[in-house]
Amino acid sequence: MIRCAIVTTPIDPAALLAEVTTPATGATTLFVGTVRDVNEGRAVTGIEYSAYTAMALEEMERIAHEASSQFDGVRVAVEHRVGLLVLQEISVAIAVAHARRAPAIDAGRFIIEELKRRVPVWKQEQYVDGERAWVDPTAISVPVSVA
Amino acid sequence: MTQLQVLLFASYADAFGSGTVTVTVPEPATSADVVTALRSLPGGSVLPAAPVLAVDRRYTRGVVPVHAGQEIALIPPVAGG
Repeated sequence: MIRCAIVTTPIDPAALLAEVTTPATGATTLFVGTVRDVNEGRAVTGIEYSAYTAMALEEMERIAHEASSQFDGVRVAVEHRVGLLVLQEISVAIAVAHARRAPAIDAGRFIIEELKRRVPVWKQEQYVDGERAWVDPTAISVPVSVA
Repeated sequence: MTQLQVLLFASYADAFGSGTVTVTVPEPATSADVVTALRSLPGGSVLPAAPVLAVDRRYTRGVVPVHAGQEIALIPPVAGG
């Protein structure tokens, strides 16, 4: 079982857990990514997520299928939210269930790492001072101030 | 010469001022022709040395042929999660 979605409304992690769990699954992992208040030393008030929705969905599904062939028998539900999110709101949730814990844990890790590397989603951070900036994980980090 | 539509997102859409641009490229065209044409447009200086291109919602590697009717997109550094 694999289900991936790009959503515009709040993610319900409990619903994802319920979706992947069956009487045959003895281990379930849940990864939840939330909006953090500081990035690269700057105070963040919110993040506007945007996506190339059609490709993001297909890429998430490709990753979930790769996880499924690498860790046979995993049940996977992935949701990534887009739009303006405030602090502590959930941007991504990944639920993985399996009969045994090792595949559930390893597949969950595989999916979030590949998602961050490959899925065409972008975030524009909004700072306390009103400025906005696109997050570029490939850019060299330059400290805002040196203590 | 032929015209191709290219989808742009995030920082690239901001730089070019649009989520879709039309480029004129030689025929038959390659992904390298698309990037060269984009560089000559206002905002084109934002592109890195080797921008990532997707065709029909799949990443491409190296230089690939492209033609009208395909969904061609330029993918800025992704930052999901």
